Amino acid sequence: MKFAEMKQMGLLCGLLMALWQPLAGVASEAEVHLDRAPIDTSNQASLQRGARVFVNYCLNCHSAAYMRYNRLVDIGLTEAQIKDNLVLTGAKVGDTMKVVMPAKDAKAWFGAQPPDLTVEARARGADWLYTYLRGFYRDSSRPTGWNNTVYDKVAMPHVLWELQGQQVLKTELKRDAHGHETEVKQLVLDKPGKISPAEYDATIADLVNYMVFMSEPSKGKRLQLGVIVLLFLGLMFIVSYYLKKEFWKDVH
Amino acid sequence: MGKYMTSVLGWVDQRFPLTSNLKAHLTEYYAPKNFNFWYFFGSLALLVLVLQILTGIFLTMNYKPDADLAFASVEYIMRDVSWGWLIRYMHSTGASMFFVVVYLHMFRGLIYGSYRNPRELIWLFGVGIFLVLMGEAFFGYLLPWGQMSYWGAQVIINLFASIPFIGPDVALWLRGDYTVSDATLNRFFAFHVIALPLVLLGLVVAHIIALHEVGSNNPDGVEIKKNKDPVTHIPLDGIPFHPYYTVKDIVGVTVFLIVFSAVLFFAPEMGGYFLEANNFIPADPLKTPAHIAPVWYFTPYYSILRAVPPIMNSQFPGVAAMGLSVVIFALLPWLDRSPVKSIRYRGNLYKSWLAAFVVSFIVLGYLGTKPSNVWGTFGADVAILGGADVATVVARIFTLVYFLFFVLMPWYSSRDKTKAVPERVTA
Amino acid sequence: MANQVDTNRRRFLIAATGAAGGVAATAVALPFVGSMLPSERAKAAGAPVEVDVSKIEPGAMITEEWRGKPVWIVNRTQEMLDALAKNNDNLSDPMLQVTSQQPDYCNNPDRSIKSNMLVLVGICTHLGCSPSPKLQPGNDMGADWTGGFFCPCHGSKFDLAGRVFKGSPAPVNLVVPPHKYISDGLLVVGVDAQGEA
Repeated sequence: MKFAEMKQMGLLCGLLMALWQPLAGVASEAEVHLDRAPIDTSNQASLQRGARVFVNYCLNCHSAAYMRYNRLVDIGLTEAQIKDNLVLTGAKVGDTMKVVMPAKDAKAWFGAQPPDLTVEARARGADWLYTYLRGFYRDSSRPTGWNNTVYDKVAMPHVLWELQGQQVLKTELKRDAHGHETEVKQLVLDKPGKISPAEYDATIADLVNYMVFMSEPSKGKRLQLGVIVLLFLGLMFIVSYYLKKEFWKDVH
Repeated sequence: MGKYMTSVLGWVDQRFPLTSNLKAHLTEYYAPKNFNFWYFFGSLALLVLVLQILTGIFLTMNYKPDADLAFASVEYIMRDVSWGWLIRYMHSTGASMFFVVVYLHMFRGLIYGSYRNPRELIWLFGVGIFLVLMGEAFFGYLLPWGQMSYWGAQVIINLFASIPFIGPDVALWLRGDYTVSDATLNRFFAFHVIALPLVLLGLVVAHIIALHEVGSNNPDGVEIKKNKDPVTHIPLDGIPFHPYYTVKDIVGVTVFLIVFSAVLFFAPEMGGYFLEANNFIPADPLKTPAHIAPVWYFTPYYSILRAVPPIMNSQFPGVAAMGLSVVIFALLPWLDRSPVKSIRYRGNLYKSWLAAFVVSFIVLGYLGTKPSNVWGTFGADVAILGGADVATVVARIFTLVYFLFFVLMPWYSSRDKTKAVPERVTA
Repeated sequence: MANQVDTNRRRFLIAATGAAGGVAATAVALPFVGSMLPSERAKAAGAPVEVDVSKIEPGAMITEEWRGKPVWIVNRTQEMLDALAKNNDNLSDPMLQVTSQQPDYCNNPDRSIKSNMLVLVGICTHLGCSPSPKLQPGNDMGADWTGGFFCPCHGSKFDLAGRVFKGSPAPVNLVVPPHKYISDGLLVVGVDAQGEA
């Protein structure tokens, strides 16, 4: 539902109306094309790489306050490995992924507290994250110097710019066969980063893969159990069907 | 049965009508022998009710009805409580499946005239169950305290604010605060976990007692009690509910559980219809999500709400129409003037109206999930409608059809060309 | 009609369906029952606790928390250890026959791994109060008191190995929790060679 219809629906609370008006622009992001995230949550090596990127880059500002470090045993790590390689904050291995930065500082620096990322992948979707994390470009009009093709006027700076390098948004006028001119915006790598564009895409895929895993760690178990349950119910169906048939022989 | 069992049973029966009740409701409750597919959904609704109560109790053990803790406690259930994810998904899938089952159960009543004399009270209890169920769903939906929870409650409570004169005070009273807040969450929790379930259970018992008093209808709409065996007084077309319908319902339950498990284990979000993406963002009173729509089972009524234009700047007509669209089901027993009950013996006039109603319900349901510009706008060259949203115009037409189905029923049901109803049920 | 009924077939199908239903009901019940066990959060909060015991002066005691319960660690002096044997006649279970009260590796006269270092769960085995340490001999506990613990709730008395005195309402000795030493001065409570408690 768009804001205009909400108004039409008659939300009579005047105060709220006043509050929503300016926020509507922020909330309704324009539809953008999302790239399909090449992820596979059964690929443990990718999940482990993604977890490493996550704790190194994301966890400095964002929390994942519902995710326990020791849950990472589900992606093939031992508690000792988790403790030595992934717990960078002095937390215990049974703790959740709290953020180092105090909330008050975060608000002062970014204007908003960075959201918790535990279930971000379920809220946004893998494709959105994959496109977003590859969609930062230089924009001097922004306080951070960065903007994003998916999330216009985003408050978050490009944390991974050293890896990716700097992109700029080039606007070209394209003329089709009928002579109509259309604006086509395209991201172009201006300054290369430490790794190649292909490597960067793979790194982001790992990260997104991890975030999808983290958003629902029980998913693997859920799918496994589902197969068993359905097989059992199939068997149950056969037995109960013959039972019904047997009794209904009486009914003429 | 052993001698010992018999004597225990005798002891109990002298003090509690166990055997006589088992007979009255199971082994000697004679149900028509021609029940078809549509007759599974009553017992399935009961099954889902039991599942919801059971999973609900266990969710309550770990859920915290506190605005600061609610969202986190749901994630706690999903991650830290062993099997918590399974119990939660059972409950969230169960909520949607409850409506699937109840809608099919109601549709059965509609096509076979199960609301007609002498079953008006069964139908009224049923409408009561449906209303309470909607309340349960609405209150329960706030509890995860995500963005959709929050804004859904906000919008629905604001609907009450459009009631003339007392509206704003009613809304304030419902929230217990100037906005949806901790106080609102706490009382919604109380309504969801105890108040409405008690009412619901009472109504279900009344629904079944009334049913067993008058006996079940059937796809032919024939009263089986009119043809009884002269010696045993058992209806000739009746068979004992147990064992015949218990064994049949086991098959139905198994098939239902297959569908239920397929959703639960492989698509618990059901593409955003059962669990919405925005509800994975904690409630934020300062930020409305870009697209908010009710959960799928409310969308037909929501479409009706949006379709009715405001009159004199008041949204109340839309709200009233939405309320009426639900409550109007209660009038069916008195609107239907057909000499026959079942669709099998009705004429094309009724069938056409029913088809139009079903199409309206589905289209309105679909449009309720979408923004009203989903089908674009009419061009300026179109007379009268130029500039209007196509979807809104379509919704208005189908809203009209929805209500005409009921309002015109006394007329078309009585002048419909019906077929002769057989004396006994058909195979 | 009735004489055509194949009773055996019916019985078999009823049994088969009943069995399948029983399996289903059990399989559904297990997660519900399991959900009431300690959650991951509770397990994390109840994880083994590391304690630096190198700084405890001889004759002194420190209290740590493990799974919400006080755990006492007493660095016993040689006099304290020597006094233990004197009490044997007055104790309910001096020879530690109730083996559930201590791990096997502490089933020795000192009830400890390192003879001086006593590790006890500070909860009275009577009704769950936390006894008060009365480590020094004599004082308000009477002239023959060799040091130990006194429960203020119902007067149970324990010696400096946590063994209960005769006549106390507490039936058995205080519990020695599973523990081990990672290094000489670093103790972990809640885990031993057999794994986590």
